[in-house]
Amino acid sequence: MINKNKMVKEKSSDKESGFKRPDGRKVDELRPMSAKVGVVPNADGSAMFQFGNTIAIAAVYGPKEMHPQHSQNPQRGELRCTYNMLSFSVTERIKPGMSRRSQEISKITEWALKPVVMIDNFPSTVIDVHIQIIQADASTRCAGINAAALALAHAGVPMKGLVSSVSIGKLDKQLVVDVNKEEEDWEEGEGATDIPITLTSDGKLTHIQLDGKISTKQLKEAVELAKKATEKIYEVQKKALKDSVDLGK
Amino acid sequence: MRNEEFENEEIEQEVEVESEKERKVVIPGEVIVKGHDYLPGENTEKRGDSIVALRYGLAEEFRGLVKVIPLSGIYTPRRGNVVLGIVSNLTFNGWVIDVGAPDRAFLPLMEVPRFVNKNDIAEVMDIGDAVAVKIWSVKRRSIDLSIKSRGLGKLEDGMIFKINPNKVPRVIGREGSMVSLIKEETGCNITVGQNGYIWIKGEKVEDEILAKNAIMFITERSFVSGLTDKVKEWFDKQK
Repeated sequence: MINKNKMVKEKSSDKESGFKRPDGRKVDELRPMSAKVGVVPNADGSAMFQFGNTIAIAAVYGPKEMHPQHSQNPQRGELRCTYNMLSFSVTERIKPGMSRRSQEISKITEWALKPVVMIDNFPSTVIDVHIQIIQADASTRCAGINAAALALAHAGVPMKGLVSSVSIGKLDKQLVVDVNKEEEDWEEGEGATDIPITLTSDGKLTHIQLDGKISTKQLKEAVELAKKATEKIYEVQKKALKDSVDLGK
Repeated sequence: MRNEEFENEEIEQEVEVESEKERKVVIPGEVIVKGHDYLPGENTEKRGDSIVALRYGLAEEFRGLVKVIPLSGIYTPRRGNVVLGIVSNLTFNGWVIDVGAPDRAFLPLMEVPRFVNKNDIAEVMDIGDAVAVKIWSVKRRSIDLSIKSRGLGKLEDGMIFKINPNKVPRVIGREGSMVSLIKEETGCNITVGQNGYIWIKGEKVEDEILAKNAIMFITERSFVSGLTDKVKEWFDKQK
């Protein structure tokens, strides 16, 4: 991991003066982001999305004929997502291939993207979205969804809009935007709760997950925080798509 | 001889675009124009009082009609398109041809102008053969093909390769200017299918490779204006 030495631990010491995050970010500050489209030349569309040390690559193939044939839907096309973490993406090597966790995230990604992808006009076809996490530092599913949305647009798939995803964390009682691994393992007070949220560019929710305890009031606050954060993410996505075209001017 | 250019409505549209200089890159969900004076065209949608893009591409407005020209995406078959394909299966009454679209395309045996014994269908065209065909009709689930026009039929020798189908209009050029330039410079026969498949046949392999490189040069610079002159310069440099 590139910036690990930068993350100086400054915990609890000045908790009165305001909440301090382990890497010194403000509570509503995202990690530095970058995005690029066209990273996989052989795919119909592809993109890379990065949140600090978390990097996801998405490749889109299709629409193409659905195989096996019994999975074909004669009324509309299907979206098929696969999320995978590469074995070297984390500090301790993970076994390659699908796991229980990656199956769940694949399905979640599919549901997060489905409301914006217009595949009704492609009956009996499938659009394959392959997401690879090449470096993981928490929020991998959010980076994956952001990359997948970009890759789908880059593949020329008709869409109502883009989606942007961000994880909101509750560290003890404090809400923070875009959690990293260190914050995910927070143990003080109430511990850490991770809430990945996906929103469309016009602020509609397509996906929200909650694993832990949070009050209804605070959950609403979390969605508001996510709205502000996804606006910034959307700008990064928009720029990536626009910059990939050189009009020669 | 299969060396005529295939011009259809798509190419004519592209000519229109070239005279219209105001184009901008849009992403899905982006508002292109506001106000009630505009009509939504291809790949756009009306939401409230604004026209919104549904695909990633170049937006342009012509006499109040707003549309998005896609930069990427798979080939969408249209009636009358000349495409190149590979025979992928034989049936008792024709051939199944892969034209790079999600749907299958079928070429009936009746299209072959001479008598063919139904058992000898493979002798006319076998699996893996390349063929130039015209799209006769596009139905919900299938595409019907025809080879009853000049320049269509089985492609013998030469080389075949695929480019992004959205760049085909640039390779053909205005009224086929680009493809005839490449033909002149290399002395090759070239057939450009609307689905992005290109077939080149020359006397020497070197000529074919030169023609292929020229086409690759065009696809990499498909947004540049005055491309025909740049291709001319490129040819001069190659000599």
